Amino acid sequence: MPIARDDVAHLARLSRLALADEELDHLAAQLDVIISAVARVQEVAAEGIPPTSHAVPLVNVFREDTEVLCLTAAEALAAAPAVEQQRFRVPRILAED
Amino acid sequence: MAGELTMMTAAGLAAAMAAGEVSALEVTDAHLARIGDADDRVRAFLHVATEQARQAARAVDQRRAAGQPLGALAGVPLALKDVFTTTDMPTTCGSAILDGWRPPYDATITRRLRAGGVVILGKTNMDEFAMGSSTENSAFGPSHNPWDLSRVPGGSSGGSAAAVAAFEAPLGIGTDTGGSIRQPAAVCGVVGVKPTYGGSSRYGVVAFASSLDSPGPLARTVLDAALLHEVMSGHDPCDATSVDAPVPPVVAAARQADVSGLRIGVVPELSGEGCQPGVLARFSEAVELLESLGAKVAEVSCPHFSYALPAYYLIAPSECSSNLARFDAMRYGLRVGDDGTASAEEVMSLTRAQGFGAEVKRRIMLGTYALSSGYYDAYYGKAQQVRTLIIRDFEAAFEQVDVLVSPTTPTTAFPLGERVDDPLAMYVADLCTIPSDLAGNAALSVPCGLAPDGLPVGLQIMAPVLADDRIYRVGAAVEAALDSRRGHRLLDQAKGLS
Repeated sequence: MPIARDDVAHLARLSRLALADEELDHLAAQLDVIISAVARVQEVAAEGIPPTSHAVPLVNVFREDTEVLCLTAAEALAAAPAVEQQRFRVPRILAED
Repeated sequence: MAGELTMMTAAGLAAAMAAGEVSALEVTDAHLARIGDADDRVRAFLHVATEQARQAARAVDQRRAAGQPLGALAGVPLALKDVFTTTDMPTTCGSAILDGWRPPYDATITRRLRAGGVVILGKTNMDEFAMGSSTENSAFGPSHNPWDLSRVPGGSSGGSAAAVAAFEAPLGIGTDTGGSIRQPAAVCGVVGVKPTYGGSSRYGVVAFASSLDSPGPLARTVLDAALLHEVMSGHDPCDATSVDAPVPPVVAAARQADVSGLRIGVVPELSGEGCQPGVLARFSEAVELLESLGAKVAEVSCPHFSYALPAYYLIAPSECSSNLARFDAMRYGLRVGDDGTASAEEVMSLTRAQGFGAEVKRRIMLGTYALSSGYYDAYYGKAQQVRTLIIRDFEAAFEQVDVLVSPTTPTTAFPLGERVDDPLAMYVADLCTIPSDLAGNAALSVPCGLAPDGLPVGLQIMAPVLADDRIYRVGAAVEAALDSRRGHRLLDQAKGLS
């Protein structure tokens, strides 16, 4: 099933990628080819086969709860794109009305 | 003397420094000079840390003069892939979105290198966020293969492989998610190792696909790779997926270099269709060589390996689409379009569209697709089942043989530009390396000669989880036999820089 351009535009929105029209066109064609190729996994008879999310299974990994120094505010903010009053300044997250 | 120092192995340099024949500072300066001479052509480094490297070398010399204990590789220079965080150098992952970023903490491996007195010369080029097989996906331009500067050095750890092959550093560190250490090692004619998953720490390694990412060594000899393996590996409480087990005895195995009586399996699914004739010729000779050294060779079929490539290109992009969500333009990195009117979401989307390159965008969108409701079962879920079947193929094979072998890559180094806008052609470069990433086992690439095109070919050796010593034992045996037959080291034939 070929992937439609509208689907690709939707994926871009979900992925938080503001793509230009030409880029969307180019990517749509490439994604269609890639998805057709990776769909080969569907040929494999895997009825009843458990999925593997991790090659070396580990459960309940804990470490000692020891107190250590954390980053200072200055260290944490050193790479921030914008800082205000010792905080990360971010663009508005709510509509203005 | 400076030229001779850059030709030496890490083991040789460590011995010369321990014997007082040369200082760590002289060794570091020789390599910095070599970088100055060669790197305008190779472009292995994104950042050369001249002052920090010289300071680290001086510290080793002072410790030695004071009679203090030193690590096995103290004073030996190293090229570090730009995906490991370093507080005193930028960490960009080859991406514009992290251009100039200075991390507030060191990766565990960075810390272990510093603690062991290993001198970090700088940070090496890579495909953006380790996604690619050529370094052409770097936002800062590609690196070049020292054997032929018009060809790719492989990727994604192509900068580290090229630095080692160009004698800019005796040691390098990369990360392997689908072959990103072994494939560049093979096409640059050096040794590259993907340790058992969880054998080397991921703490401070900027994540691509967390269930696959495995940091590992690059070197010009198997013994050098083993020495670095022991320095960088071991349990790390900061990494929840770190294996709490002793590091396998890889240095002893590299010194043993004996394959008599060892059972070796040839995987037909990885050594036939899709491989260049010149690659297959060197591979067959390597298998015959192992037989002549006393190994018992048999063919061992792994039927599901044929589906490893499509399964990987669903699992890795799925994990990447989740991991790269952290680049949201809020706390660090690039921010675009924050004009006071745009919303956080708009700024995020503009920043990511401008800051990520084409391949990263492709993979984020592919992963988002594979994980989306309605497609999950048919794509991501199915790929995870195929992953189980691949692990079972390995388990069945390792009941019959001690190690498996195949070519490391289907082809020798391809020309720069050839596959850059043809994703599927690029993905095939990982054909033989992906199964070990999906199964988490140990695998090594060792040079096994030149194809008729004059470019190096790699032999891949695969061993079970936590049997990393076996890959060193076999790799060292192949290396010793080929060096002795040839009468000189393979890299002496590299022509790109002569």
